[in-house]
Amino acid sequence: MKKSIIKVENLVKKYGELTAVNGISFQVHEGEIFGFLGPNGAGKTTTINILCTLTRPTAGQATVNDFDVVSQQRQVRQSIGLVFQDPSLDDRLSALQNLNFHAMVYNVPSEVRRQRVEQVLRMMELWDKRNSVVRNFSGGMKRRLELARGLLHEPKVLFLDEPTLGLDPQTRNRLWEYIIDLKRREGTTIFLTTHYMDEANNADRIGIIDYGNIVALDTPQHLKHLVSRDIIKVKTSDNEQAAREIIERYQAEVRTDHDTIIFEVDNGEEFLPIFIREFGTRIVNISLHHPSLDDVFLKLTGREIREDDGTNGFREMARRRGGRMRH
Amino acid sequence: MNNLRAIYIIWYRDMIRFWNDRLRMVGSVVIPILFLFVFSSGLGGSIGFMSPGVDFGQFLFPGIIGMTVIMNSFMAGVSVVWDREFGFLKEVLVAPINRAAVALGKTLGAATIAIIQGAIIMPFAPLVGKTLSPTTVGLLIPAMFLLAIAIGSLGVLLASRIRSIEAFQAITQMLFFPLVFLSGVFFPLQGIPGWLSDVTKVNPATYGIAIIRQVTLAEPTGTEFAISFGGNPLSLNQHVLILFGFGLVMILLAMKSFGSQD
Repeated sequence: MKKSIIKVENLVKKYGELTAVNGISFQVHEGEIFGFLGPNGAGKTTTINILCTLTRPTAGQATVNDFDVVSQQRQVRQSIGLVFQDPSLDDRLSALQNLNFHAMVYNVPSEVRRQRVEQVLRMMELWDKRNSVVRNFSGGMKRRLELARGLLHEPKVLFLDEPTLGLDPQTRNRLWEYIIDLKRREGTTIFLTTHYMDEANNADRIGIIDYGNIVALDTPQHLKHLVSRDIIKVKTSDNEQAAREIIERYQAEVRTDHDTIIFEVDNGEEFLPIFIREFGTRIVNISLHHPSLDDVFLKLTGREIREDDGTNGFREMARRRGGRMRH
Repeated sequence: MNNLRAIYIIWYRDMIRFWNDRLRMVGSVVIPILFLFVFSSGLGGSIGFMSPGVDFGQFLFPGIIGMTVIMNSFMAGVSVVWDREFGFLKEVLVAPINRAAVALGKTLGAATIAIIQGAIIMPFAPLVGKTLSPTTVGLLIPAMFLLAIAIGSLGVLLASRIRSIEAFQAITQMLFFPLVFLSGVFFPLQGIPGWLSDVTKVNPATYGIAIIRQVTLAEPTGTEFAISFGGNPLSLNQHVLILFGFGLVMILLAMKSFGSQD
């Protein structure tokens, strides 16, 4: 049984008439990457703001690292690191000054401060830029610096609210390498929100949130299996013979497309080595396809998540501006 | 202990920013010096002596020091609005530190900056034919501090409630200029109409200017530049007490307001 580091029960947040979060309950296990996936306005950021004590819930309970987010705010704040959607660096200070400020605020003991600051800066490949003023940093560098800052006080949970929003694909990939590396090396629990499907794939478990409700919560694999099983496409030296054997051995439904046999199995990764062992040299080529999270989202909500992804830049901007003014 | 650390960190950050931005240091001295130069040489001749032994330039000089302090402490106090606009305030608000301590650190930072800027004006005293003795300087620093705390905490208080840059600019214009112009920086408050005199007496900056002026022009002048109620001039200590009381109330309000924002 894994230990739960975040526990949320019947959490509700209303802004006047608008219900942003509608009685959600979930738990996040220690050491996992937990992804909150949903379109803009689904309640992702509101949930994060409640968990990191920036917003008070209307009803329900939430604990982070066993501290209550309403009555034990300071302990919660000490337990978490945060990277917001919008940058929150002091861009008139250098990278080093930003980190030192953070270390002092979070009471990182001065004996380990220097070493810790150097460690996170090196991890994010910013050590050479430590004395540069943040104003001159690129978007990707700023985000990396924020990630470094979020890690500085060795938080139990790192919250990342749309950490890759507005970054180019290359930087996004690099950032994800850091995040996965972080989980592996430091064992930090990572709670992130995103509306990019490909990013959600990196999470150990995903909660799909829509109109303030969690509509599904499971590993990406299991979620995808809600929609369809894994698809194997194989070409062999004798397709007819192979198809017969596949039906016989795996009780699979087989169809043929040109010279390729297509069939579904439950667990493609485990199936593949077995299949290759048994069919050996008869295989000409073979591929494994997973159903995508897009399919999952479409099935669960009846909508495409893409509808407000980038195509509607103005609305996105208006939403973010509005969000900033509320804080 | 935690709170002291928080106050220090917030103060320290403002010091680094101030130091990084040395151009600002020079820039915000230019305007006061320009005022001093233009008014004292332009108007000085036609106005003559303000009191025995004190010409207009000498009268204006301490006012200009006070104006510099007001200007800088107010601007530094409301810089919280910029922190909000550029996102940095979030980093502070989710930190495990007391928000009242943040407000206090911010006010102290504003006061420190204001004192430094005010002190930069001091060497210009010979321009108006005055020299400041070490004793005068020693008294001016706490006087500037009191004024800076009062105005700086007012700035922090406002900034903790202002959400947009537009509102901030409107309020700054509406508040800042009356604060300076109705405080006796440019003209003596002794001969003005009653209603205007009443307005100047509710302006906390008035008492700060009066203190700085009386300290700078030292004792040959007696009570000419003191604020008086019903014809009775206040003593220097009473000025200090009023300004101190105002500063205390403002700082408590700022701490409370800053702590309760979300």
